[in-house]
Amino acid sequence: MKSKALKPEEHFITEEPYYQPIGDEIRVFESAYKQQLPVLLKGPTGCGKTRFMEHMAWRLKRPLITVSCHDDLTASDLVGRFLITSGETTWIDGPLASAVRHGAICYLDEIVEARKDTTVVIHPLADDRRILPMEKVGELLEATPEFCLAISYNPGYQSVMKDLKQSTRQRFVALEFDYPGANLEAEIVMKEAAIDAATATQLVKFAHMTRDLKGSGLDEGASTRLLVHAAKLMHDDISPVVACQTAIAQAITDDHDMLVAMNELSSSLF
Amino acid sequence: MTRPTLGKQQIIAFMDECLEVEFSFVKNEIPAESVSCLPRQQQDFILNLVKRVADTNIELAYQFACGAVYALESMDQRMVEEWAMTAADYYDRKGLFPAMSVIRDLDNFINTAHERAHGSVLEDEIGVLLPFVRGLSGRKLKLEAAEDIYTDTETIFLPPVMALFSDEKQNFLLYKAMVAHHWAQIQFGTFRANLTQLAEDQLVKFCSLETIRLDACIQRDLPGLHRQMRSLQSHFDDPLNSDRYEELAGTLSATEATVQTTIDLLDRVPYEQCPGTFIYQGSIKPQAVAATMAKRVFREKALFRVALSEMGEELTAANEDSGHVERKPAKFKIRDRTDQDSIGNATIQLEFEGSLVAPPQHVKELISSIIVDFGDIPPEYLVAAGPGEYDMTVSDRTMSPNDVWKGTYHEEGAQLYNEWNYKRQHYHKNWCVLREMEVEPVYDSFVDDTLAKYSRLLKSLRNTFEYMRGEDKLLKKQPHGDDIDIDALVETYADVKSGMEMSNRVFTKMHKEERNVAVIFMVDMSGSTKGWINKAERESLVLLAEVLEILQDRYAIYGFSGMTRKRCELFKIKAFDDPYDAEIKARISNIQPQDYTRMGVFIRHVIRHFSEVEASTKLLITLSDGKPDDYDTYRGEYGVEDTRQALFEARRDGIHSFCITIDEEARDYLPHMYGAANYTVIDNVTALPVKVSDIYRRLTT
Repeated sequence: MKSKALKPEEHFITEEPYYQPIGDEIRVFESAYKQQLPVLLKGPTGCGKTRFMEHMAWRLKRPLITVSCHDDLTASDLVGRFLITSGETTWIDGPLASAVRHGAICYLDEIVEARKDTTVVIHPLADDRRILPMEKVGELLEATPEFCLAISYNPGYQSVMKDLKQSTRQRFVALEFDYPGANLEAEIVMKEAAIDAATATQLVKFAHMTRDLKGSGLDEGASTRLLVHAAKLMHDDISPVVACQTAIAQAITDDHDMLVAMNELSSSLF
Repeated sequence: MTRPTLGKQQIIAFMDECLEVEFSFVKNEIPAESVSCLPRQQQDFILNLVKRVADTNIELAYQFACGAVYALESMDQRMVEEWAMTAADYYDRKGLFPAMSVIRDLDNFINTAHERAHGSVLEDEIGVLLPFVRGLSGRKLKLEAAEDIYTDTETIFLPPVMALFSDEKQNFLLYKAMVAHHWAQIQFGTFRANLTQLAEDQLVKFCSLETIRLDACIQRDLPGLHRQMRSLQSHFDDPLNSDRYEELAGTLSATEATVQTTIDLLDRVPYEQCPGTFIYQGSIKPQAVAATMAKRVFREKALFRVALSEMGEELTAANEDSGHVERKPAKFKIRDRTDQDSIGNATIQLEFEGSLVAPPQHVKELISSIIVDFGDIPPEYLVAAGPGEYDMTVSDRTMSPNDVWKGTYHEEGAQLYNEWNYKRQHYHKNWCVLREMEVEPVYDSFVDDTLAKYSRLLKSLRNTFEYMRGEDKLLKKQPHGDDIDIDALVETYADVKSGMEMSNRVFTKMHKEERNVAVIFMVDMSGSTKGWINKAERESLVLLAEVLEILQDRYAIYGFSGMTRKRCELFKIKAFDDPYDAEIKARISNIQPQDYTRMGVFIRHVIRHFSEVEASTKLLITLSDGKPDDYDTYRGEYGVEDTRQALFEARRDGIHSFCITIDEEARDYLPHMYGAANYTVIDNVTALPVKVSDIYRRLTT
């Protein structure tokens, strides 16, 4: 089987990505999109921010361009740069510019990880001007009404050094995400991994146990994503304790005592 | 070449010296007699231990010497050493008499040693058991060693060694089962009934019956654990194996059974028909429970109501900002817990003026603790505290650190640290009592005067440090980058024309060097710094703070001093998170010489502070004026060796230590403590302020 190569701006999501709304986030996002307001998603890792974006891209029938930010991400990585082809320089749009040009949804994941200068290039796009200045080519790129900017960040985990600046955050409609309530989370795990309700409930219980350990040995509890991973392994006949150990415990910590303790917790549950 | 065996007289001479026979009048002939029959290697081993124990207590060492040969016959050398060190440890913690009983009761020690060999030791397992019990949700419980197995609703007491099974894994599982059982007592409401009025035989019955109920709860919630508990019990008689318990078990195992069900059954089940005990059930101590609960219930009610009033204020303030709502007393409600299931107790929802509010983490913990006690939040808890209703400063902290100096000694709120005894080659456990104190700010002109005095120096310092700031560097010839490197391109183009391969390194890239330094300055506040040394130290701190602000390095400043191991005081001048403001300046200005310098404990404490910050470079800089020295035995080699050991511990945690001293003799001991390159001796005190900034620059570039 051959994998397809597609340009990001031509990639439309055709099948509905499974998303279980927690509150009225879908309506708020749709409204913000209609009013051409940029959106900020806050929440811990693996609680469904990216899935929500995919779901919204499918709903709004726009291509979704996701950029995972890292600490070496520069402004030109987003806007574009000159490349050399056969002795000539050619301008190549970065993901942000190409999203603006094609009216796509641009989703900057973990925005605070990017360098400070990067966050500033999105400012003119994120207010009522909705333009992207491209200094190197001396152009101003005006966004079409279909274009939408969304960014995400995890308020719980970054250091103070990497906080989102007020000047940036005050341009966005902010949606807060958290792990869903116990019953809802069990339902999600069931649906995603096709396991039975009782196992899903026990898995969610395990997740709550790890979340209770946050601050007393763990930096972060198990996310919904990890639960789905474990559930998928269990669906494929891996024993629950092994699944919890490999997909959840090992994924959140390296501390030996903590791993043993989590193993004891999962073996208590199943 | 084997060395000759020591004769009796040689051994007596050695022991006489170790045991200070002129003062202690012990008779060394008896132990020397037995030791003289051993081979040389064993003689050395025993004499070495005698010397190490003698450093703790002479009488203890003498008793050890008397028993050592017998001990060596029944245990290997490692265990004999353990035996001696346990005794020394008991001496530290409990005094001479208990220590002597360890030495005298050798058989007992040998027995426990065997138990320890295949048993589980609580101290070793606590790293796993503690997160385990915290993970089980509910109140954050503590685990402690004790003779009896029970819980007071805040701490679960477990035996220090578990050796019921011959297999270590099984012993650990038994610990786990005990922890889970007592957790279940707290979690599933055993103590919601008043148990203090039960007579003794009633209590025994209650204990057995309640265990059946709790087992059923555990089976529902933690089936895996329940299986493990059953399999542990299966090695012994099953208390429920008779048919006559069927009905009893059925009633108690029902989902709707509560502690009241158990109490109702008490009168119906005669004592002799009561099921036996489970191996993990331990006992119930209603008095201990009642005492702990009474205290906690009062405290938590106060804390909760104060928290509500704080939340209420915040919420009203927020509403006022947005322009509506008149001021009313804060009213909270509990929203119906329809989504409630047994998964998380803290899923309770708090409602304020019709809308849901998310309580902060500490309030959530409080809520789950209250629910564990009452099964719900009692309505009177939901009334926010009025102004001044509770004085939290009083109920929170009944004793202030300053009381120590006013004649009422206590260790409340203090932290305990080990200390290294080089003679014993062993740590004294929980030896030093450390408190963090605050330096009272004194708002005077000291900082301004210093800045004026060094204004010219400061200017050049600022310049130098500006350079050190993470500066943008343009990297050329990069494979990826923001812009095209024309020079590189021309070169490459020429290469291609001449038939060579084209390089892909034709871009320029801006690169920012980011400093990620966290530094703690420890300032000697011992009495010997009085006068110009103290002044120089303060001036140095002022200049340092100025340049560190430019660099934006994270830094903290602590002063240290104390008297004896019971009063080690670390004076907080600036913590990592404090901004350098007028208050900090005023504190620097008020750094006063105090007492002595017991360095090791402070280094160990600072290591804890460091573990809370993330930085690629962690630096501990000590400003000192002499050797570590304290009122008691902490002087000379002892102090140096403990400090050296503490610095080892720091290095193990990735902390670089550096010492700046004005002690001219420091070259004799500092290389030993800090390492040859990790210290500077400053001959001229007045040069200290100038030098310190300079040294810091060198260290971090």
